[in-house]
Amino acid sequence: MHEGAAEARFPHRHLLGIEGLSPDDINQFLDLADGYVELNRQAEKKRSLLRGRTIINCFFESSTRTRTSFELAGKRLGGDVINMSVPASSMVKGETLIDTAMTLNAMHPDVLVVRHPESGAVHLLSEKVDCAVVNAGDGSHEHPTQALLDALTIRRRKGRLGGLTVAICGDILHSRVARSNIALLNTMGARVRVVAPRTLLPAEIERLGVEVFHDMARGLADVDIVMMLRLQSERMYGSFVPSTREYFHFFGLDYDKLRAAKPDALIMHPGPMNRGVEIGSEIADDIDRSLIRSQVEMGVAVRMACLEILTRDLGNGTPLP
Amino acid sequence: MNRLLIRGARLLDPASGLDTTGDLLVEGERIAAVGGDLSVAARDAEAVMADGLCLAPGLVDMRVQLREPGAEHLESIESGGRAAAAGGVTTMVALPNTDPPVDDVSVVEFLARRAREARLAKVHTYAAATKGLKGHELTEMGLLAANGALGFTDGVKAVADALVMRRVLAYARSFDLLVLQHPEEPSLARAGEVNEGEIATRLGLAGITPMAELIMVERDLRLVEITSARYHAAHLSTAAAIAAIRQAKAQGLPVTCDTAPPYFVLNQTAIGDYRTFAKLSPPLRSEWDRRAVIEGLRDGTIDAIASDHAPWDQDSKRLPFSSAAYGIVGLETLLALSLELFHNRHLGLLDVVRLMTVNPARILRLPVGRLAVGAPADLVLFDPDFSWQICPDAFLSKSKNAPFDDRPVRGRVQLTIVDGRTIFGHPG
Repeated sequence: MHEGAAEARFPHRHLLGIEGLSPDDINQFLDLADGYVELNRQAEKKRSLLRGRTIINCFFESSTRTRTSFELAGKRLGGDVINMSVPASSMVKGETLIDTAMTLNAMHPDVLVVRHPESGAVHLLSEKVDCAVVNAGDGSHEHPTQALLDALTIRRRKGRLGGLTVAICGDILHSRVARSNIALLNTMGARVRVVAPRTLLPAEIERLGVEVFHDMARGLADVDIVMMLRLQSERMYGSFVPSTREYFHFFGLDYDKLRAAKPDALIMHPGPMNRGVEIGSEIADDIDRSLIRSQVEMGVAVRMACLEILTRDLGNGTPLP
Repeated sequence: MNRLLIRGARLLDPASGLDTTGDLLVEGERIAAVGGDLSVAARDAEAVMADGLCLAPGLVDMRVQLREPGAEHLESIESGGRAAAAGGVTTMVALPNTDPPVDDVSVVEFLARRAREARLAKVHTYAAATKGLKGHELTEMGLLAANGALGFTDGVKAVADALVMRRVLAYARSFDLLVLQHPEEPSLARAGEVNEGEIATRLGLAGITPMAELIMVERDLRLVEITSARYHAAHLSTAAAIAAIRQAKAQGLPVTCDTAPPYFVLNQTAIGDYRTFAKLSPPLRSEWDRRAVIEGLRDGTIDAIASDHAPWDQDSKRLPFSSAAYGIVGLETLLALSLELFHNRHLGLLDVVRLMTVNPARILRLPVGRLAVGAPADLVLFDPDFSWQICPDAFLSKSKNAPFDDRPVRGRVQLTIVDGRTIFGHPG
């Protein structure tokens, strides 16, 4: 265990979302993860903190990077990690979601990491199991570890979160990353803007504590951080934007639009990127401005912190109901 | 002939404005005398002492789903009939979205036979406005009506195509038939599951704009203007649509509408953390809309309260929110939830009863819903002040899907009588 984190207590059994977490809760994750970043850069990365613990990655929606990140996090802490892919198409009805939860529960996992295409599904599953549950993304609702890794990335580069201005740009409507980031950044005292065409903004988004812009030049004016979102074409019901060409013209990030931001503004993207749709290739690969690779690195550290915090208070056995 | 004397009741008859203490005599299937002291005239009759409890016409619930034929594991004519009896409902009208749907005379006859066999609440049915509820071709509306269908609707779906709806209305007008609409523009609603706004945005659920209701109501009102058909908008949930109906009535159009208890006792916050038991179609709306529904009930814009009884098993509800079924059961809570309007001083007792008796009976042109000599002896005796807590597990309905667990309510049914026969008596 890391020094300094020992006395802090995380007052929740699960990590289902950022909404409801306090600044102290969030700092606990970030402080602990900071130490894991250094560990992960060493040749000997293995710890035995989770020895004997079982972590099941249960993904009802395809994912490579998040699942790999959680898998590495669990293994580096010495836990046994099992990956389960349940393609949504084979789940005719979510009825099997509760069945799956019950089945997994009977195997005594210590942590379930769950991704599901429907908002609220992870919340529902968490009510049926005895172990800790981590939401690895549910529908358009939340993706808390993404927001935590984004926060860690920003904090390490800028030294703080409070007082920064962050613009989140693109498909806010379908984005769980946006919702988690809005909640986290507001909690930590940053100013949040969203920039998108009106078809990609959910109703009353301003009630979540953001300033709304429909124009990149104005939305990016004097911001410290530009967070681009993936244009989630696979989630779209109908046509939300006329073409990727028009979308890039008005809302894609290039150096021209970035000029409005502060000279030291940094670029982020949760990945996977659609180059030439929401972000220009050169800017994505610009090592001075782009934090995109750093985000991936922070992801593993944040998920290690998350697994540690959620297993800290688990007893030595969880009884079957 | 069976004679039943109900003594010392508070007689409530909204049709005549009667609200007085007295006796009521039932002879056979009909009401033989109303009011005053009938103990001498009917001394040989079986007597029930009402002790000042309210005696009203049995409730007329103009919108229920009974799931028979096709999904009898969720509800049947018989289980629905028992639930109705426990709720004081003596007449109910089923939607045609069964399997097979009620789009053929044989299904109307089947339902009538099943209801006769069950001998519980009276069951009528609407028939589909379009064949297979598909929204394209008209059903045999004339024949269906001649065999007992009380009105025409595609059930829980709107007739989306404006030209088809125009023809439904125009054809219905030829036979002076009632057309009922689920007023929601489907293209605006199809991707959504909750009311559009902050809550939907926070939960990451796709929203349905309240305008989806107004747009369909407005479109239909213009079609009513050119067809003069009798039109009824079901379960209104938004201030804007209620205002549109108010204006149409002032204009003299032959339109009526109803709402259901969830829309005046709950608002969108009831979905909380993805509470699928509060997932309804139309969705629960804002507090402002809820108050507008109450205002619509107060000023007479909304003609009736229906339960919108929609039985679903737990497996259909214990799902991620967007996969869960829409709707709640309502037959057994219709009276108690509606009486909140009285206890909260929004409406008088007689007015609340009116919305569930004579008003829907008039819309449906049924000879029920009144305490009049010669009228069918369909009665409910209830204690308007009795306090209890709703417990869905105790429902007689086969399905228990309701978001009202442990809600404290006032008003309990003591006795339900259909055609002079007691079909429910509270055990207590």
